[in-house]
Amino acid sequence: MTETAKQAAQQGTLVQPLVRIEGVHKYFGEHHVLRGIDMTIKEGEVSVIIGPSGSGKSTLLRCVNLLETISAGRISVRDELIGYREVNGRLHDLNAKQIAAQRREIGMVFQRFNLFPHKTALYNIIEAPTQVKRQSKAAARVRALELLEMVGLSDHANHYPSQLSGGQQQRVAIARALAMEPELMLFDEPTSALDPELVGDVLNVMKDLAKSGMTMIVVTHEIGFAREVGDTLTFMDGGVVVESGNPREIIANPQHRRTKEFLSRVL
Amino acid sequence: MSRTATSAPAAGRDAEPELIRAVPVRHPGRWAGAVIIFLALAIAGQSVVTNQNFHWDVFRTYLFDVLVVQGVGWTLILTVTSMIIAIVLAILLAFMRQSDNPLFRYVSWTWVWFFRGTPVYTQLLFWGSVAVLYPQIVVGVPFGPAWFALDTQKVITYTVAAIVGLGLNESAYLAEIFRAGLKSVDTGQMEAAEALGMRRSKIMWRIILPQAMRVIVPPTGNETIGMLKTTSLVLAVPFTLDLTFVTNTLASRTFQPIPLLMVAAAWYLFITSVLMVGQYYIERHFGKGVDNVTKAPVKATAAVAAAHAGDPKPTDGNTETTGKL
Repeated sequence: MTETAKQAAQQGTLVQPLVRIEGVHKYFGEHHVLRGIDMTIKEGEVSVIIGPSGSGKSTLLRCVNLLETISAGRISVRDELIGYREVNGRLHDLNAKQIAAQRREIGMVFQRFNLFPHKTALYNIIEAPTQVKRQSKAAARVRALELLEMVGLSDHANHYPSQLSGGQQQRVAIARALAMEPELMLFDEPTSALDPELVGDVLNVMKDLAKSGMTMIVVTHEIGFAREVGDTLTFMDGGVVVESGNPREIIANPQHRRTKEFLSRVL
Repeated sequence: MSRTATSAPAAGRDAEPELIRAVPVRHPGRWAGAVIIFLALAIAGQSVVTNQNFHWDVFRTYLFDVLVVQGVGWTLILTVTSMIIAIVLAILLAFMRQSDNPLFRYVSWTWVWFFRGTPVYTQLLFWGSVAVLYPQIVVGVPFGPAWFALDTQKVITYTVAAIVGLGLNESAYLAEIFRAGLKSVDTGQMEAAEALGMRRSKIMWRIILPQAMRVIVPPTGNETIGMLKTTSLVLAVPFTLDLTFVTNTLASRTFQPIPLLMVAAAWYLFITSVLMVGQYYIERHFGKGVDNVTKAPVKATAAVAAAHAGDPKPTDGNTETTGKL
């Protein structure tokens, strides 16, 4: 997650994939939501996923940290299979403790923020480090205040979520995820529930995070963010990856009809 | 002011505006209603004071009678202990009902079905006569050797029978209240906590239950006040020290039923009032961050300093600093 890793990621060489998604299918009952997804995300890479609603992009993201279980295929993070362990060619479910351990390495930011409403911003951030990682309250607090400063909310440490605007809540949510020191961050339409004027603050925090070398998978409708910050852009529709590659090239010159149609509608 | 704004009357912008002083609508109906209510109250009050049959002297004699005060004590003990048992069981039952383990779900469902489906009076009769059913409680290996045996009557005294009977019955009702409370919490809360790597039990205790309490406390307060009155059924056990039984006994001994009913009613009303005050504070505690949110302090540091200085200066939550990145 260093600057060199970042540069290597941009050159597309040297760095091992951090996330491998191979042949992933997902059924909700009869509904076939993901129809064979293959993706790799290198360390330090910002991978942006776009697509119409119902295309399966959020489902894919939720599969990476086991909020959904996949029906077929493999997802691994740093060569560790997510949700299963393989013994003699057979997959065994991980138990709750092992799943929790895997999730600790993966931060997630939700469309609806999902801050804990009964805790202040500061206590939202220190909850997991103190309860899960058993950090001392004092140490967690110091780190939390650093993170709040990073997201520009130093003055709001003692505010309850209901006292914060949507954009502020989302920035606290980002800080909360970062407090666990994850090696991968997932963003599930982080700006879709925000007033347009508040979107910029959240995107700026995400940009800074990308610059610091964090590996990020971002499901979004913000094409500008994809163009400016994304290392790869993936367009999904109907549960498949339609097109994937350099964001600037795809946005300027989409190869597939469906990509063209989608971009013409959102741009 | 934005540049495109149409020019407002220049004089009106800085000058103090003339405030509207409109004549309010009159409400003669309200006054008529108030007069009628006042008259009714006066008549009721007069009859209570002047009607000799209330025997207020007897009421005063027995209000703080030793037996009555002890009865109040026992009623409180029954209410509090049975509610504690019920709350502990209800949390367990509600968690079991949400469990992935089907056996836990069935057990929880069946428990609620049974204890809600039979009258509490019957259950109290049963617990009172459990010694007839099982004269001895034997601890040992099933179908194997017994280690020791106890007389059921010594273990399940009438006090224990009354508390267990009331507590188990109430747990079924409370379980449903707790279940409703847990369901009222947004699923995103569970997901967010899971994504942080928290374990299920920790999420329940630290994230879901504290939020569910907002929904759980008002009906549980209701149930507690109901329980206060339900304790009067413990004569089924028979438990004979609670407020209703004691005042009834005194009433038949003195041939003065009305004033002793009044004594009991006054005490129940007093305890209910105390419980309602308690409920207010419990609700306030669990409403933190959601109900009656105080306006956000502009600067946390300033707010802390103000708090230390003991200066409750109201701050304006609308002034917010937007991110400078």
